[in-house]
Amino acid sequence: MSTDLNINVHHVTRVEGHGNIVVDMKKGNLNKAQLEIVEPPRFFEAMLKGRNFHEVAIITSRICGICSLGHQMTSLKATEAALGLEVSEQTEILRKILIHGSTFQSNILHALFLATPDFFKVGSVFPLVKTNKAVVEAALRLKRLANDIGDVISGRAVHPISCVPGGFTKLPSEDDLRTLRDKIVTQGLPDAELAIDALASVAHEIPPFERETEYISVYSDKEYALYDGDICSSDTGLYPVEKYLEVTNEFVVDHSSSKHARFNRDSYMVGALARFNNSYALLKPKAKDVAAKLGLEAPNYNPYMNTVAQVVEVVHCVEDTLEMIDYLLDTGIKQEKPNQEPTRYGRGIATTEVPRGILFHDYTYNRQGMIDKANCIIPTGQNLANIDDDMKKLVPEIIAEGKDAITRKLEMLVRAYDPCISCSVHMLDVEFIE
Amino acid sequence: MSGQKPKVAFFDFTGCEGCQLNKLNFENELLDLLELVDIVEFREAMDGKADYYDIAFIEGGISTPQCIERIHDIRRRCGVMVALGQCAVSGGINAMKNLHPSEWVQEAVYGEDKYLFPSIPAQPVSAIVNVDYEVRGCPMSAPEYLHVFKSLILGRKPEIKDYAVCVECKLKENECVLDKGMFCLGPITRAGCEAICPSNGQYCTGCRGPVSNINRDGAVDMLKKHGYSTEEALKRMKMFNTNEIDKEIKWGR
Repeated sequence: MSTDLNINVHHVTRVEGHGNIVVDMKKGNLNKAQLEIVEPPRFFEAMLKGRNFHEVAIITSRICGICSLGHQMTSLKATEAALGLEVSEQTEILRKILIHGSTFQSNILHALFLATPDFFKVGSVFPLVKTNKAVVEAALRLKRLANDIGDVISGRAVHPISCVPGGFTKLPSEDDLRTLRDKIVTQGLPDAELAIDALASVAHEIPPFERETEYISVYSDKEYALYDGDICSSDTGLYPVEKYLEVTNEFVVDHSSSKHARFNRDSYMVGALARFNNSYALLKPKAKDVAAKLGLEAPNYNPYMNTVAQVVEVVHCVEDTLEMIDYLLDTGIKQEKPNQEPTRYGRGIATTEVPRGILFHDYTYNRQGMIDKANCIIPTGQNLANIDDDMKKLVPEIIAEGKDAITRKLEMLVRAYDPCISCSVHMLDVEFIE
Repeated sequence: MSGQKPKVAFFDFTGCEGCQLNKLNFENELLDLLELVDIVEFREAMDGKADYYDIAFIEGGISTPQCIERIHDIRRRCGVMVALGQCAVSGGINAMKNLHPSEWVQEAVYGEDKYLFPSIPAQPVSAIVNVDYEVRGCPMSAPEYLHVFKSLILGRKPEIKDYAVCVECKLKENECVLDKGMFCLGPITRAGCEAICPSNGQYCTGCRGPVSNINRDGAVDMLKKHGYSTEEALKRMKMFNTNEIDKEIKWGR
């Protein structure tokens, strides 16, 4: 067996953005096992300076096409906190439905279209159109349905339109909500069942690897927290959102154009598995059933299982969305205008769980309602150190399997985190030297 | 191309990949489209690479020296090149950083470490290589993209609209956004989005770029009448179109 190993995967496929996997092992010593981030920088913090509070969420949603709804919600909450804008219960419920729709859409896209081809041993979802057409069609309908939620409530699922500081510029009609509800019940639930069965049939292909780490997510004792809550570390408990900088501790490394993060240990994990581990008890019963069916128990220390946790969350989001739509239909949609009269100007910090994990936006406004200072901390950046640490443990464990198998498992590992690299390098660019 | 399905590839440069995602969002048409073309490269969705492309779709703008190398390489190996979305067409929202001296941008983000991080102004793909067609918007308009895609497969020249969003907004029978007391860039912005933002109660942010030969001074005067200073009006016009509006200003002078 060779003890030298050199892997260089240039631009990992089926992930959002540009990253390379580099492993260098000589005589059994692992010199390097890391994910290099080579995405161009965007400089959003600088772009925001001097922008009016009406424009800020329009700009920050463009940090990422896949999580645009999550960035928009977090941005609106930070602006509202900074300007002292209260929002109604109806606004909050509609936003929670939007976050569910976004998690639903993104988790389906990743679990069924980007990660699942690995379990069927093909290079993309396209060959599966021939071999597993019914499942691919169901998956496509699920994705359409998830996008319908964004379209109905915010005008457009990618870069939403009608959610603004203080509320909504246009509200969905009760008929729209009823149609959406019917579609979820008659089409979404059976399609989800089909997709879950397909995933269950290949679940044994998920590599058995474990590395216990620190799990960080938003937490609330009232619900499986996605829209709002405190910061929760599986090691040391709850922190108010204002303490986010003490949790993230971002630092620069030379192999990544996105900063890394660490809290109580050298690295921590965010995303579906972190949320599942921290908030399992608050999942809807049907989501817990699906977790059991797919062999996912809390706490789980296998990062590959993040994909399964995403599917469990889809079931939770669908169930919870139905309950919230029913509540809105019971109380009736109130025609209300967005509250856009600032009561103060200052700093506002907000956190939301977006599909890939905990997201922070932090704005300071001047007295003209323009941004003075902005900071955004992105989930994928927070996961990068954890991915490197996983690789360092994984490579020696599977060294006997040969270069091809190792490369494949490393690509699957990176994919399991569902990295969103455009987001993570919204601001930083570092040249690396080999 | 006759007898063979056209080879189609998608590439991403500096942007949010939202336009690529929009493309995967044709859940209803996706399988039909796949019958008509061979998708040979699409890193966000599949493994695999190819040497030649009949049609190359480019998402995202140019903002690093590596981007310039890559776009030349793709141009050499493709038949038709289409810029997808406003970042590829005009530099998009990324070009807002061009408004500030690059020294200031880097300092605002990196502080003392600014010297570590070189960067070039965000530019459209057409600033570097020849682009055959454009699909505008942030995100790109999905129906317009389908129209361009279908036209190219059929060997036709796609029709691109060159009139203002106001026309589409009137057809939708929306109340005028400016009359409602809000800001709006509909009068100078290129149509093709079906006035989706005004139809959802928002103002037009100009994400599709200006119509050709805009009356910029007229637009600024109109916004002034509605209570916006020249500075604020220009700043908002530049949100998605820094490169185009700045060029306009230079010509104006």
